[in-house]
Amino acid sequence: MSETIKKFMYLNRRAPYGTIYAWESLEVVLIGAAFDQDVSLAFIGDGVYQLLEGQDTSESGMKNFSTTYKALGDYDVTKLYVEKESLEERGLTLDDLMPLTWEDEDDDWAEKDSIRLVSRDELADVLDDQDIVYSF
Amino acid sequence: MKFAIQVNEGPYQHQATDSAYQFAKAALDAGHEIMRVFFYHDGVNNGTNLTTPPQDDRNIVNRWSELGKAHDLDLVVCVAAAQRRGIVDEGEMQRNGKDAQNIADGFRISGLGQLIEAGIQSERLVVFGD
Repeated sequence: MSETIKKFMYLNRRAPYGTIYAWESLEVVLIGAAFDQDVSLAFIGDGVYQLLEGQDTSESGMKNFSTTYKALGDYDVTKLYVEKESLEERGLTLDDLMPLTWEDEDDDWAEKDSIRLVSRDELADVLDDQDIVYSF
Repeated sequence: MKFAIQVNEGPYQHQATDSAYQFAKAALDAGHEIMRVFFYHDGVNNGTNLTTPPQDDRNIVNRWSELGKAHDLDLVVCVAAAQRRGIVDEGEMQRNGKDAQNIADGFRISGLGQLIEAGIQSERLVVFGD
């Protein structure tokens, strides 16, 4: 669709419910996937809650969109950075998050992890390397 | 410099749109280009012509319309966010069977692809919001 390929980062900073930012951020990611850019997502602060396994909104009446994250691999969105310190500050570990994977067509469709656990310092370098940062 | 601006918050409730406006104005005054202003989340409420702020306060919507007119700015309201929040133009009114429209002068409703395109085509995308 475009000859220019930029590094696109979607920075997710908020809890999945309470405000609409997380869901409308995902809508941008899904539309953006059609533009063939080099896409990454990062989850920091309360944003790590977006990836929590076992989300149940049945009693709050909010739309549960957590399964959408599992579809990101099919959209070639395969780099999801999760900040280690943000998890730790909330008493969480990788095991509390949804197992998100993608299939690598260049590697006989091997199933690979989408989530990349990075330290705050490492994430700073990742962010520094981006052309565009959409902040949600 | 070729800028794109994203406004994520509505008028009055939040100062983000004021900051975005001041930034856009300063950038234009300094000779830079604003290739698009994209209104997302509650930011779409900057594009309703139904606001009536008190006389002694700034009129945020009109201010965007006037800046847009003066500099031929592309003021884009996200359609998905607009549909949720009741920002309607002629096309949306007909498509969704509504009996009114309220898009302010100089704004247009379009898709999220416009935001991605702004990221690709601009040299800097500046996001205003919380």
